[in-house]
Amino acid sequence: MSSTPLPQTQLETAAIHTKSKGSFRLVAEAFLADRLGIVGMVFLMFMVLFCFVGPLVYHTNQINANITNLHLPPGSPGHILGTDQDGYDLLGRLMVGGQTALIIGFLAAFLATMFGAIWGAFAGYYGGIVDSVMMRVVDTMLAIPSLFLTLFLAAVVTITSQDLIFIVALVAWLIPSRLIRGEALSLKSREYVQAVRMMGGSSFRAIFLHIIPNTIGTIMVNASFQIADAILLVAALGYLGLGVPPPATNWGDMLASGTNFILAGYWWLIYFPGAAIVLTVVAFNFVGDALRSALEQRIK
Amino acid sequence: MVGYIVRRLIQSVIVLFGVTIVVFVLLHLIPGGEARALLGPKATQADIIAFNRELGLDKPLPVQYFTWLNNILHGNLGYSYRFNAPVAQLIGTDLPKTLVLMGASYLVALIVAIPLGILQGVRHNKFDDYTLTAFSFLFYSMPPYWLGLVLILIFSVQLQWLPPTAPQGNLGQASFDSQLVAGLALPVITLALITIAQFSRYQRSAVMDSLVQDHVRTARSKGLTSMQTLGRHVLRNSLIPLLTLLGVSLPALFAGALLTESIFNYPGMGLLFWQAAQSSDYPTLLATTLIVSVATLAGSLLADIMYAIVDPRIRYS
Repeated sequence: MSSTPLPQTQLETAAIHTKSKGSFRLVAEAFLADRLGIVGMVFLMFMVLFCFVGPLVYHTNQINANITNLHLPPGSPGHILGTDQDGYDLLGRLMVGGQTALIIGFLAAFLATMFGAIWGAFAGYYGGIVDSVMMRVVDTMLAIPSLFLTLFLAAVVTITSQDLIFIVALVAWLIPSRLIRGEALSLKSREYVQAVRMMGGSSFRAIFLHIIPNTIGTIMVNASFQIADAILLVAALGYLGLGVPPPATNWGDMLASGTNFILAGYWWLIYFPGAAIVLTVVAFNFVGDALRSALEQRIK
Repeated sequence: MVGYIVRRLIQSVIVLFGVTIVVFVLLHLIPGGEARALLGPKATQADIIAFNRELGLDKPLPVQYFTWLNNILHGNLGYSYRFNAPVAQLIGTDLPKTLVLMGASYLVALIVAIPLGILQGVRHNKFDDYTLTAFSFLFYSMPPYWLGLVLILIFSVQLQWLPPTAPQGNLGQASFDSQLVAGLALPVITLALITIAQFSRYQRSAVMDSLVQDHVRTARSKGLTSMQTLGRHVLRNSLIPLLTLLGVSLPALFAGALLTESIFNYPGMGLLFWQAAQSSDYPTLLATTLIVSVATLAGSLLADIMYAIVDPRIRYS
């Protein structure tokens, strides 16, 4: 691959560069015209600020339980949203829980999408028996509903936040791998991929420098849905009692402890963490949807 | 088409075989294994060795796998440590209860989602469509465990209209059957609301697709009213994607049922799985996971076959 004449390489990269910049602007314009996408984007920015900058402004003790202040309703002095079953300030708890939810969701989706894209690109590029075997692996994993598979794993190992990332990623890479495989199948017959092969470029070069970068749209759209799904799955595991060890928490764990007091009518332990989960997930879905239609408009 | 169905069948069997391997291997990767989980942290090494020998757990993994597979093919799903009963018997009583929950939710979802989707498709990009779209996004993103809790807070705690727990016991018992309608109301609504959100989305786009077809335009121009066109030409064609979705959405529904059962303490297969997971009851975990996977595969197989039968334009070579 080093035998490629230099000017040609520069030409090639220059061409790709201007093209991707132009289409990037088109996509960005289409995205900005989508009202729901903007709403989602703004909300996510707010959520990130709330969870990560919020604790710097709104100081609460999220390490030591305070048993003299249990179950205070929202509006109590010093506790805007009240306190939970351990006396933690609920607003501060939402920030801490949100950090875990967002970090795990983001990392799991990132890991899964990267791995899935590489897996799918290889399968689609090589085709034939390699493709069949790789895709049957995906089919097999997909046949086991993800909640069952993750619960199965989460139940038998003692969980840390890192484990949760891997457990969620283990089921989340399957859909991206299918999507990228489909794209790789059509991309591999394109002229520029053929040209790389003709010039003596290796399969790795074709896959990593040409096929995967050209599926970036699909990857981005899918990643935003994957983050939403990962947040939901982590919250579900937390709700089922397989959360992060205390004093750490996430929104699902908060719901799980709130459930014990539901018949006592402590609605704030249910409404606030749940609303945080739903609004964040909706926002990611809005962004994903807007990205998808923006990319579709570019193709038209 | 027969050839296509046969090929899909063979493919499904291969995948199912793969599922047994994945599930089995994953479970046996866990350090300590069944003996430690069952005998507890105080068990001595000798206890564990004796336990493993007795249950054949000291044999090589492939031998254990084939023994397990052989047993399953003979209908022996193993013996549950936690419930002290054969797994087949546990699933025999719990699976029908899950199917009642899922069936009722599917039914409610279809009855609501089809008209809703048609309305949205016909009025697409108008105000009412936007409003309904926002709601379906909201419900679609709403995890069943939260939706269920909110419904309990509203209908059981505040209004006190419906009980917060599902019927207990087994199908056919008086305690179960007498509570069936009232007790299942909230669980079914929980599961149905989420399914409606998904189904109506598909129905909407299917209606939008068939509205622009030539035969619909012909029907309108030869003088059929819009209601007649909708009923005879649009609705029938738009049901095809929904049919596929029914089969494909089965795994999501099983997951939803698991969560719903744990919220309302409904003693179905989801709750069985959850309890087994909490107590490392390996035989029950293996068997339930396998059954859910078989159902998932059967669902997508049926969806493909139905699709091939219903839509004569699709030809498989």
